[in-house]
Amino acid sequence: MTEAVFHVFRGDAKGGSLQPYKVQVEEGMVVLDAIHRIQAQDAPDLAVRWNCKAAKCGSCSAEVNGKPSLMCKTRLDALPLDQPVVVKPIRSFPVIRDLVTDVQWNYEVNKKIPPFTPKKDAPWRWMQEDIDRVQEFRKCIECFLCQNVCHVIREHGVKSGFAGPRFFVRVASVEMHPMDDLNRTALLKDEMGIGYCNITKCCTEVCPEDIHITDNAIIPLKERVVDDHYDPVRKIFRLLSGKKSS
Amino acid sequence: MSARFETHDFDVLVIGAGGAGLRAAIEASAAGARTGVVCKSLLGKAHTVMAEGGVAAALGHVDPKDSWKVHFRDTMLGGKMLNHWRMAQLHAQEAPERVRELERWGAVFDRTADGRILQRNFGGHSAPRLAHVGDRTGLEMIRTLQDHGVHQGFEVFMECTVSRLFTEGGRVVGAFAYRRENGRFIVFRAKSIVLACGGVGKSFKITSNSWEYTGDGHALAYEAGAELVDMEFVQFHPTGMVWPPGVMGILVTEAVRGEGGLLRNSKGERFMEKYDPKRMELSTRDMVARAIYTEVKEGRGSPHGGAFLDISHKPADWVKKKLPSMYHQFMDLADVDITKGPMEVGPTTHYMMGGVRVDPDTGESTVPGLYAAGESSGGMHGANRLGGNSLSDLLVFGCRAGQGAADGAKTRSGQATIDAGQIERAERAMLAPFERADGPSPYDVHARLQETMQSLVGIFRVDEDLQKALREIARLREETARVRVTGSREFNPGWHLAIDLEAMLLCSEAIARSALVRRESRGAHSRLDYPKTEPEFGTKNTFVKKDGQAMAVGQSPLPEMPAELRAIVDAELEAVKV
Ligand SMILES: Cc1cc2nc3c(=O)[nH]c(=O)nc-3n(C[C@H](O)[C@H](O)[C@H](O)COP(=O)(O)OP(=O)(O)OC[C@H]3O[C@@H](n4cnc5c(N)ncnc54)[C@H](O)[C@@H]3O)c2cc1C
Ligand code: SF4
Ligand code: SF4
Ligand code: FES
Repeated sequence: MTEAVFHVFRGDAKGGSLQPYKVQVEEGMVVLDAIHRIQAQDAPDLAVRWNCKAAKCGSCSAEVNGKPSLMCKTRLDALPLDQPVVVKPIRSFPVIRDLVTDVQWNYEVNKKIPPFTPKKDAPWRWMQEDIDRVQEFRKCIECFLCQNVCHVIREHGVKSGFAGPRFFVRVASVEMHPMDDLNRTALLKDEMGIGYCNITKCCTEVCPEDIHITDNAIIPLKERVVDDHYDPVRKIFRLLSGKKSS
Repeated sequence: MSARFETHDFDVLVIGAGGAGLRAAIEASAAGARTGVVCKSLLGKAHTVMAEGGVAAALGHVDPKDSWKVHFRDTMLGGKMLNHWRMAQLHAQEAPERVRELERWGAVFDRTADGRILQRNFGGHSAPRLAHVGDRTGLEMIRTLQDHGVHQGFEVFMECTVSRLFTEGGRVVGAFAYRRENGRFIVFRAKSIVLACGGVGKSFKITSNSWEYTGDGHALAYEAGAELVDMEFVQFHPTGMVWPPGVMGILVTEAVRGEGGLLRNSKGERFMEKYDPKRMELSTRDMVARAIYTEVKEGRGSPHGGAFLDISHKPADWVKKKLPSMYHQFMDLADVDITKGPMEVGPTTHYMMGGVRVDPDTGESTVPGLYAAGESSGGMHGANRLGGNSLSDLLVFGCRAGQGAADGAKTRSGQATIDAGQIERAERAMLAPFERADGPSPYDVHARLQETMQSLVGIFRVDEDLQKALREIARLREETARVRVTGSREFNPGWHLAIDLEAMLLCSEAIARSALVRRESRGAHSRLDYPKTEPEFGTKNTFVKKDGQAMAVGQSPLPEMPAELRAIVDAELEAVKV
């Protein structure tokens, strides 16, 4: 059995530092297991969020050796254990304590998105291929890792009016639902600031659910915004055909 | 009323934001009740998010012969007839509408070839009945309820834990809670309270359950004077991961078997042939769990002490489409490609059949003003739950409890005053662990409780082990009264665990005591010293109730089933499925 050293951020909104802990490593262990061992053995008050331990709930986001990750999915045997494993809270949101950050803002943004609004008298039938696209967006586990890496959020902060990739995915999941009857392009443009995104794709790279955030959600939504707000001909065409753009 | 604490008034306070709690809150709000929801984690992270295989409802999309009657019959037979017939009936009748309603709120289920909600097979269901989204049905369900719910006007208190209920003249009038973020206390006053706190699995060592599953709902109800029924019935899911050690217990969805997965032992035999030749892999969970346990015990286990579960005979792309999260789970955590070879699986503590005794129609417990729904409530599943029947249970009875609680609140003119002494005692109990100069660590006590329950109150039980477990629980309770926590009140998991221990011990005691008096084997409860199913025990439910400082155990006769329902259960399947 080998031993690994962990440098874990301990502190709160006022500041903190990396603290060293030694952990016995077992086969197949993940970073979250190591954090739990540290709690049980050395630091009972080490704050961390987790629920499923199986990459399904999106609670355990952190930066492991600088890489935004789900701790329950990050295997120790994939890390260089001859040097300390550095575990820090995700960066875009204020630290509450240790590895726990204040992600409340995300829940406020979510409330602004008008819910799924079905068409009147439409038959509740659709084909699997009509919903494959939407189901991809609905895989989101709200880990907020994409929010964490997005440079717009990092540079301008959460108060800039930019909703962030998670919520473009969320809007896409209702906008592209075959039965939805609402148009949310004004919201995307004005309140969610989709125009600030310059398609760096950093969000897509970190998504643990492999959602093609930029290609499948953001770019098509940007196109809709352009159609509705900057291209009068296509807008009229769409109004006449009674269709949201595809 | 003490002005020292943040205080909130609600008509209906829902404790829990899983499927049951959110569905209850939506209904209570719709009924015009001022509603609050409290949950221990962030919104959308409750256990419901982890559910994989599907939600059971007799929609009849794949098998048009399916109906509520067939679903009712399957549920009662799966529960070995101990289910409350009225709950099983309401559940089977109302589940289809609750699922369609989810679709109207934006859920996107997988489709049949003609564009309707697709349904899959699961153990004990005699028709393909589980509406699903790949193997992430729970995520679809909780996100739908969450995104619909945030527009219904109820107030949510995230990362906030209720530690005690307040009563006045035998009625529930409020709750005491603390915010995990800063450790500050909140007093809630409420005309009705709905418990939707989920299960108890964290008392066991090998479990599919998260840190939240400490049986808080069960314990809160018990302390307030409510009865808990069927607590001996703990579901051990046959297929949890057994390797590597860190992931032991994590669930492998029954959908693997539903989609055609085969179970084999180390000799390559499909051993279910010996235990349930008719249904084989699609037998009920109690049977399959015992079968795997027995195979391992008799030396025919897999290298890490489980059985082999194999779906690799199906096309790789199809497996990845039908079971995407299982594919990733094994690939990422165990280096196993399930499209190429078998998984190793073994039993894991999964679900609590027992819970708060409720009125089937309204969800009200035996304590006025207190309601329960979802895994915290008991009666619906009897001695063994069928897969997929929990997600549907959450919707049907979450909805009913929300309505019941709102109706109950309307009969109350105003908020009751909460006795200051009760508030003070609740505060003192919370702060005591910080004040001790010395004492055991809550993590150590927890580890020993898990060891005890795992080894003495597990799949197979005997009198002597259960007695021993009860003695150990009593010892651990004494230690819990002395546990010491260090650090501050801000997001301190050691402190939270110290508080959770009390609920875990209480549920553990209730399980062991109930198991002791059921001197037979039935459903999920197997006694090595009483291996037969005894007709005498088929007529009663076990219940526990607080009696002074002691736990009283009783047995109550099953509610009498109307003749027309009895006829459905007694008839041959072919006669019902027409
Ligand atoms: C891995 C896994 C897969 C499953 N798959 C399926 C499936 O395919 N089909 C199926 O039907 N069932 C399945 N189940 C079972 C099903 O998911 C659960 O039984 C169900 O989700 C429980 O829902 P609930 O609403 O009762 O509780 P939960 O969803 O667990 O919610 C409980 C809520 O109560 C809150 N809470 C608890 N205590 C307190 C407290 N003291 N104060 C404040 N809040 C509190 C929690 O924070 C949480 O919000 C599965 C279970 C697991 C673990
Ligand atoms: S692609 Fe857009 S949303 Fe994604 S990280 Fe880059 S700027 Fe942010
Ligand atoms: S889109 Fe992906 S990275 Fe972003 S919150 Fe959802 S799951 Fe996480
Ligand atoms: S604990 Fe759920 S994603 Fe890691």
